[in-house]
Amino acid sequence: MIMTDKEIPKIGKIMPRQDAFGKVTGQEKYAVDYYARDLLWAGVKRAGVSHALVKGIETRAAQALPGVIKVLTYKDVSGTNRQGVIRKDQPVLVKEKVRHCGDPIALVLAQDIETLKRAIDLVTLHYEPLPAVFDPEEALKESAPIVQEDNPQGNILLKGTLETGHVDLAFKECDAVVEACFKVPYQEHAYLETEGGYAVLKEDGVLEIIVSTQTPFRDRSEVAEALGWDQEKVRIIVPYCGGAFGGKDGVSAQTLLGLAAIQCAGVPVKMWWSREESFLASSKRHPCHLYYRLGAKSDGTLHSLTASIYYDTGPYDHLGGAIMALGLEHAGGPYHIPNVRLQAWSVYTNNPLSGAFRGFGVPQVTAVMEQMVDMVTAKLGLSPLEIRLQNGVKKGEKNSLGMCLTGSVGLEECLVKVREHPLWKEKEKWKSVAGPFKKRGVGVASVMHGMGYGPIVPDYGNAKIELTDEGKFRVFSGVVDMGQGNASTYLQIVGHILNQDYSHLELVLPDTARTLPSGSASASRTTYTFGNALIEAAQSLKDRLLKRSKDLFMADGKEETALIPGGIRGLSKNGEISLSELARFLDPSEKVATGYFRAPVAKEFPTEDQALRLHGIPHTIFSYGAHLACVEVDELTGEVEVKGYLAVSDCGRVINPQLFEQQIQGGIVQGLGYALCEELIVQKGEVRTKSLTTYIIPTSLDLPDLESIPVEIEEPSGPFGLKGAGEIAIDGPLPAVANALADACGIRIFRSPMTGERVLKALEEKKESKS
Amino acid sequence: MDSSPDRRVVDLLREDLNLTGTKEGCGEGECGVCTILVDGESRLSCLMLVPQLEGRKVTTIEGVAAEGKLHPIQEAFVEFGAVQCGFCTPGMVLASVDLLQKNPNPSRAEIREGISGNLCRCTGYQKIVDAVEAAGHKMKKENKGLIYQSVYNCIDAED
Repeated sequence: MIMTDKEIPKIGKIMPRQDAFGKVTGQEKYAVDYYARDLLWAGVKRAGVSHALVKGIETRAAQALPGVIKVLTYKDVSGTNRQGVIRKDQPVLVKEKVRHCGDPIALVLAQDIETLKRAIDLVTLHYEPLPAVFDPEEALKESAPIVQEDNPQGNILLKGTLETGHVDLAFKECDAVVEACFKVPYQEHAYLETEGGYAVLKEDGVLEIIVSTQTPFRDRSEVAEALGWDQEKVRIIVPYCGGAFGGKDGVSAQTLLGLAAIQCAGVPVKMWWSREESFLASSKRHPCHLYYRLGAKSDGTLHSLTASIYYDTGPYDHLGGAIMALGLEHAGGPYHIPNVRLQAWSVYTNNPLSGAFRGFGVPQVTAVMEQMVDMVTAKLGLSPLEIRLQNGVKKGEKNSLGMCLTGSVGLEECLVKVREHPLWKEKEKWKSVAGPFKKRGVGVASVMHGMGYGPIVPDYGNAKIELTDEGKFRVFSGVVDMGQGNASTYLQIVGHILNQDYSHLELVLPDTARTLPSGSASASRTTYTFGNALIEAAQSLKDRLLKRSKDLFMADGKEETALIPGGIRGLSKNGEISLSELARFLDPSEKVATGYFRAPVAKEFPTEDQALRLHGIPHTIFSYGAHLACVEVDELTGEVEVKGYLAVSDCGRVINPQLFEQQIQGGIVQGLGYALCEELIVQKGEVRTKSLTTYIIPTSLDLPDLESIPVEIEEPSGPFGLKGAGEIAIDGPLPAVANALADACGIRIFRSPMTGERVLKALEEKKESKS
Repeated sequence: MDSSPDRRVVDLLREDLNLTGTKEGCGEGECGVCTILVDGESRLSCLMLVPQLEGRKVTTIEGVAAEGKLHPIQEAFVEFGAVQCGFCTPGMVLASVDLLQKNPNPSRAEIREGISGNLCRCTGYQKIVDAVEAAGHKMKKENKGLIYQSVYNCIDAED
């Protein structure tokens, strides 16, 4: 039996997640769980064509269907009809031009779901097709169709170059040079709770939207601007999300819900995307073409690197610039290579929308760089682990961009832990006992991941804690909990500082009317930034309460009083007062404390390019890790089975070991899906794999037990020494598995995922080339 | 209660009975988040129509905890960190109930097979396997597997 109510949370200890109780009994309500007797259903007609001029939107047949309330088009959008984080180029409802198959043409409001579906089918788009472009390199050519006509850079959303040393000269000094082109695919978030929510226009004119999102405050301003509504009269409420992983970082259902609610004047509206609609219309991980060339000296020193990376960003900005920038910053890996030229482009196409997905541009470049390191290592006949240790960055050193690493760096410790682990030490023995027609291999990868938004966009948290009249501490969480458990960690932090057990702690989930603006649930910052703000708020409240309580106890100093669960004790006088008594004694203004934290930013810049700086270059605090994969390849079917996996991670000090492990294990599995089985097939801009039957995500049968080891080196700027852990684990699996595959069979797959079909083909090609 | 014959069970539960603990993730029977127990066996409610429930006992996630006390599987999910976003959790718990009823002492491999019809995008499954393994041991030790079954709050479906 779990007696967690009376437990006082401790930092560094496993504390059960407080949200688990409501979730395990089915009581916790998600955004898609809200219903009302009289509610109306809203649904979107999607374009179904990838590039076209709009000639007319025929809604009469749909309007005429009994049970249809309204069919809305761009004409019904009173504001700018534009959304976007940096470049506002995405319409709420399309007016002149369709740019991808999932573009929203009309919003239908109906009394029930069946009528809604029939009505959506009856909406007709009259269009003139335009030549379309479906490849980021094609889109850069002179003759390519232009996706965003008012973009001065044509199909380039953002481009950038980072350069140090003299690459061309340096290549001549190398003893081994390897060169390759890799293509990495889309990845679908496939959160189990698809996009959706519930909205109503209240009597006082407030547009109240309950929605599954990662960015309530940004949504509020976007909804207001796009719809022409007063921002003060838009309220975004965010329950626990049923997964997000970046796919709800940006436009999904928010503005559409708002538009529908405005049009329904007081009647509640519900929207819930079907799984198919989510496949067609939601954002996906950027597919990429990566051209890499890496040179090393015979002693194993990595000496020269060039990379050209093309991110296919689809039809709209939607964070596509920031993703390219983070990828560019990480393209050289956690090494101090003295000569690099890294170039990247984020390119508009008429493919599906690309956007934020855990890793945010870094899994793509890590997938390739870590394979290049192994390729050059193989050419030199050296050890892939030793070469990583030899060239890996350390605190105080300059990285490949010439930036001094001022934050904590635990890469070496992570690699050493891998080296000492039985999976590495006993690998030759393990490999030698592979069965008939099976080949075994072990591969490693180094990972690094920058936290936060970079030097320009402010990364801040505003925490608020209130002592209630019932004698509980109410924590106002500013950052959405989409499954990563940060809400629980906030309670753990507050409980620890205020010495309260969970029965005296309460949580208010993000709500623009009640909690304070604290940025997005993204960029691995959700505990770091808000945690620091929370510490300030908790200490401030503690200070005040102890000071005031000494008046009650007639104690001389606040040191003579102490917080205990549910009360305050006078230490010398041995008296006690309950928190609710204290609350009644105090003025309301004394029972609330706020805290603020703004993340430190880099003081050096690797580039004068203001656009790159705005989009995040450089970051200053990085997490690090070393991954190891053990694979067994079936030579007859090409199937790659992961038999063992180890991730050693430096994410600073760990506040809750169980939550930390949850993040690492979950990230590894999404990474393994990206490596082996998740392939979103898109042809001429159309998503072909639009269900979970054809887009395969890992099941419980597809994985071994995973091992996660934290290397706890304090990051002094973090709450209790913590730094980001949410994304880094997804960066390692593809290259670790690919390197293991190469170790097993001597083949590399240059177009992932590494499906059985591709592996078999590569094995056959190798056999043919030998004979 | 009355319902139209082509109404899906998942809609009846969520909309008509206000039991939103049963979720929907795909509507195609692929993801398992809509799992319920019908006469004690796991079924996918998004693929079932209401007439199929006639005369049967239905158990949803809301009925697993008995009189405010968590089922050992639910306790284990909490204790072992098997819950992250929680959207797969109700279906996963019911699938686990079904598994442990049929196989009270499963190996980890058998657990993995038993829950292979339930997708999870957050956890990577390991802690779910840990939880089910521990719950199985506990239930065997306390010999309470069958007793928990009988105190489930069931919906008796009629017409």
